[in-house]
Amino acid sequence: MVGAKTLTPTAEKIRRLMHYGQILQSHALHFFHLSSPDLLFGFDSEVAKRNIVGVAAAYPDIAKQGVLIRKYGQEVIRHTAGKRIHGTGSIPGGVNKNLTAGERDELLKDIYHVIAWSRGAVHLVRQLFEQHLEAWREFATFEARTLSLVRPDGAMDLYDGGLRARNADGSTIFDHADCDRYWDLISEEVKAWSYMKFPYLKALGHEDGWYRVGPLTRVTRCDFIPTPLADKERREFMAFDEGRIARSTLGFHWARMIEMLHSAEVIKDLLHDPDITGSELMAGGKREARGVGVIEAPRGTLIHHYRVDENDQVARANLIVSTTHNNHAMNIAIREVARKYLDGRKLTEGLLNHIEVAVRAFDPCLSCATHALGQMPLSVELVDAEGNQVDRLVKD
Amino acid sequence: MAELARPKLKVATASLAGCFGCHMSFLDIDERLFPLLERVEFDRSPLTDIKHCGPCDIGIIEGGVCNAENVHVLREFRANCKILVAIGACAVTGGLPAQRNHLDLGLCLQEVYLTEPSLGRGLIPNDPELPLPLDKVHPLHEVVKVDYFIPGCPPSGDAIWKFLTDLIEGRTPKLGHGLIAYD
Repeated sequence: MVGAKTLTPTAEKIRRLMHYGQILQSHALHFFHLSSPDLLFGFDSEVAKRNIVGVAAAYPDIAKQGVLIRKYGQEVIRHTAGKRIHGTGSIPGGVNKNLTAGERDELLKDIYHVIAWSRGAVHLVRQLFEQHLEAWREFATFEARTLSLVRPDGAMDLYDGGLRARNADGSTIFDHADCDRYWDLISEEVKAWSYMKFPYLKALGHEDGWYRVGPLTRVTRCDFIPTPLADKERREFMAFDEGRIARSTLGFHWARMIEMLHSAEVIKDLLHDPDITGSELMAGGKREARGVGVIEAPRGTLIHHYRVDENDQVARANLIVSTTHNNHAMNIAIREVARKYLDGRKLTEGLLNHIEVAVRAFDPCLSCATHALGQMPLSVELVDAEGNQVDRLVKD
Repeated sequence: MAELARPKLKVATASLAGCFGCHMSFLDIDERLFPLLERVEFDRSPLTDIKHCGPCDIGIIEGGVCNAENVHVLREFRANCKILVAIGACAVTGGLPAQRNHLDLGLCLQEVYLTEPSLGRGLIPNDPELPLPLDKVHPLHEVVKVDYFIPGCPPSGDAIWKFLTDLIEGRTPKLGHGLIAYD
């Protein structure tokens, strides 16, 4: 809105630091607090134990590392944004604070622990896959087109870049596309049964144009990850089980932990960059009435589009959040689970949790929130070929 | 004589028309989560897979009331929780979602689902299974009796820790200087 096309180096690096702190804390929360109970105890394990409290009792070291990695990400956010939640550091045209030398040194003290724990988390997911390979390889898995941001040289970049869309076979639909006119590329459909919209690639139409975003897409569709430890893990992930896990829905968790490691490495590099303590915080330009911003949020591509009036008050806003991009893909994942696990069987809590496990691979949260189906009424009806109801289970 | 093991307090939490920022702030108690787990047990909460709030000592709700399902969940919490806590700006005042209160709901839906330029094909979702939006967004105390209010967007992890430990120890919760913030 202020028309600053390029930020000062200090502002851009402080914003990057803030964003990678956010990715780090969100991925830790997603994996350790919300998804690891399903993966460590089993999808249909006892509901009373299947939560972070159960993990803390059975695997205290894992739970503690999860809490401490999240804490570190939150501290990065606090030092760059002013507070841990709903920070105020990022403002139109730049940032309102740099990092003091004291804040930088405080963050540097623990970063090597965080990198080591994040590597450990990648290896934990690998071990879990080795134990459950047969069941997890196919779980909720389907072929999908993908959408993600990449840097001009094809590297993973979660903060800025151009849009890359690919077919399931890896062929390119568009690459390095300018986000500023996203509506030329992406359209949204509304269905009568959901308040959440269904975005699609405009060129392919609303029937076929759906796609998948998020960690699995970003890790498998970038050309490389620009930090050494995470890129090594990416190459091992891509090769594991002849590349099948890199196409599997539960592969999201492995990819997420690779990104958590990458975020820790990026934070370390930024903390060693003298620009983060610089004093040039703001840039200006010719005021504009419209602005579009696109980043890779923890769960996937995030588009913000604003128009302001003559008083700079927001007159229109459109947000396409990660969960919305994945709306159709999550429905396909649920359908795959229903086909394989719910077919002709008595419905139980454990079987229904298989559906939540599929959704949680994408997103621990559907109301842009947490534990999607836990918050939403869910009714599963088992119907035979003649349309007679065999069984019905309702969670509300 | 060894102290007898005290029964754990049961705590349920939910987010209605909120952003989960207050739940995130609760997790900002960081490693104090582990000693807290010695004293409390979670019932329905985003941290568990329990879908209904059972009888509880403390119910904590973030977010205001914006649709019929929110009313249902809030009443279930009130009926089951001895102490009900409104946490954060939205639960206490309606907060950001209540900014729609001065607009016509029909026009809001029209702008989001019919006339937004990025839509391919617009329609206003109307499946009978969808929770109906309320005409206005309400703070919790306009729907049920609320025992405690913690302001802030969100209240800090330290404020939530102080509040919970006071309650657990049987003290009247007091948030002193620096712990209350009306942001």
